[in-house]
Amino acid sequence: MKSIRLNKTTRKNYLTYGLVIVAYVILQLMSSSGATTSTLQGMLVPICAYVVMAISLNLTVGILGELSLGHAGFMSVGAFTGVTAAIAAGNAIPSAAIRLIVGMVVGALFAAVIGFLIGIPVLRLRGDYLAIVTLAFGEIIKGIFNNLFVGIDSRGLHISLLSDKTNLAEGGKLIIGGPMGIGSIPKISTFTGGAILIMITLIIVFHLVNSRAGRAIMAVRDNRIAAESIGINITKYKLMAFTVSAALAGAAGSLFAMNYTTIVANKFDFNTSILILVFVVLGGLGNMLGSIIAAAALTILPEALRQFSDYRMLVYAIVLILVMLATNNDTFKAFLAKFKPGKKKKEEVS
Amino acid sequence: MSSDSKLISIPSKSMIPERDIDKTPILECVNLGINFGGLKAVDNFDLSIGRTEIAGLIGPNGAGKTTVFNLLTKVYQPTTGTILLDGKDTHSMNTMQVNRAGIARTFQNIRLFNALSVEDNVKTAMNNQMKYNMWSGIFRLPRYWKEERIAHERALELLSIFNMEGMANMKAGSLPYGAQRRLEIVRALATNPSLLLLDEPAAGMNPSETAELMENIRKIRDTFQIAILLIEHDMNLVMNICEGICVLNFGRIIAKGTPEDVQKNPAVIEAYLGKKKEA
Repeated sequence: MKSIRLNKTTRKNYLTYGLVIVAYVILQLMSSSGATTSTLQGMLVPICAYVVMAISLNLTVGILGELSLGHAGFMSVGAFTGVTAAIAAGNAIPSAAIRLIVGMVVGALFAAVIGFLIGIPVLRLRGDYLAIVTLAFGEIIKGIFNNLFVGIDSRGLHISLLSDKTNLAEGGKLIIGGPMGIGSIPKISTFTGGAILIMITLIIVFHLVNSRAGRAIMAVRDNRIAAESIGINITKYKLMAFTVSAALAGAAGSLFAMNYTTIVANKFDFNTSILILVFVVLGGLGNMLGSIIAAAALTILPEALRQFSDYRMLVYAIVLILVMLATNNDTFKAFLAKFKPGKKKKEEVS
Repeated sequence: MSSDSKLISIPSKSMIPERDIDKTPILECVNLGINFGGLKAVDNFDLSIGRTEIAGLIGPNGAGKTTVFNLLTKVYQPTTGTILLDGKDTHSMNTMQVNRAGIARTFQNIRLFNALSVEDNVKTAMNNQMKYNMWSGIFRLPRYWKEERIAHERALELLSIFNMEGMANMKAGSLPYGAQRRLEIVRALATNPSLLLLDEPAAGMNPSETAELMENIRKIRDTFQIAILLIEHDMNLVMNICEGICVLNFGRIIAKGTPEDVQKNPAVIEAYLGKKKEA
């Protein structure tokens, strides 16, 4: 009886699910009939990973309302732990799909633990300070993985820092080689796996947001003092949102890494964090569908601009600025709508 | 309610006979005080509120009324004194715990969750009465559906006190001013308080809205059997519905008693109107 009159939010959530499924079916049909270019074919999994990253960061920035600049750090944690798990499980589990799932689950769990631990000190801060400290933690994670050596042999996993002291037995294999990252990754990520991860991410985020936890998280965002005054445990809900967000980023990182043969820690640097933040801001804070579209479009755009060769990044930047202005700037919107150049000057003053 | 309830100019005793009001204290403040630097914003504040009493806290601007609310809800930690809520010392509690112990409040400058719907604002306040965990929410387990349905029904029931069921799906931030004030009261009530603190509930309301609000404040006390402490500048409202009034000036209590006593008190008249010139 209640499902007949869906409210606006629910309708938008179903629209998002629907669009993701439709996009998946179309792309899958295109690639099976050979209609996609090899460039697009190779970008399908990264797009999925970036979409999940954008949704998960949107949970932190849009729903929790805290600016995080170190999201790539959690992606990195997920990538390295997930791939290690997938390689370590390589002999025991023959099915690639199950190894991919194991990798993503392990990546998500480790990222969740790291997110939780980082969240404890970081979420005490507010605004700009929180952003700066998350940035620092992102760099610390990068630094750690640049100096981490993990090997596997018949006696199990060996871990060492700074230099390779794993002393692997005969037949052992170095999985993470410090600054060399992980080489010879089994390429087990698939577009289907990525699409499923997007769906799971969406379901988790939407269901979380539309539950008592989600309401509490948004209450903390909207008015911290009022939230406290109605008995909401601010720390708990902030940590919850941050940890879930980190876990999803970890799964995305794992998916992302297993699409390449090698992955290095420097891939998940500040630039990647900012890139994901750009997806979120461009798509709209709290708007998951927007994040998905922005992540997909902005991942394809640099490739689509290859014909501009040297001016590629310049064009990319200009497009980005124009889209930001067209979607988010009221003055610019009014300017575009009325198309009266004389009007713009007046509004700029105000 | 009798027909003359709209005639708000007559300062009368409460509609409820004296003997029906439970005077055993729900809240007792002893020697409560706070210093900001050298300034004693509130000093030597003693107050006792009965279990189903409506009490008023009045005083000129800057007297420290809102500071008292902030002390009671632990937004500020008192420098001196004790607050006993239902006999329990709230000294070690923070704002969140004080609310769970039974004090709910509204704010002078409205603090709603503007991006959430009216219904969600109320449901958020029921957070502590709902028990399902994050996983039940994510996986939509039966507990989720059961508790959400109860919360939905209760939210609409609470909103109906102020005839706001029709606004349940509107964004709180887009409500008209008066409705926002009422929603704050509903939200505070949703936490199941035993003491409700209202910070200028009638601010910005016109006389008919104020009269309606008075009825509703009484109705809330009668149906929920809770104590209400309110700060208000509208003297008609205060004198009509409060059983006890406490007058604050420069952080100190200058008078306490029934509306009649307080109105006659020379110190109160002086605080509000200034000293009479010697003729």
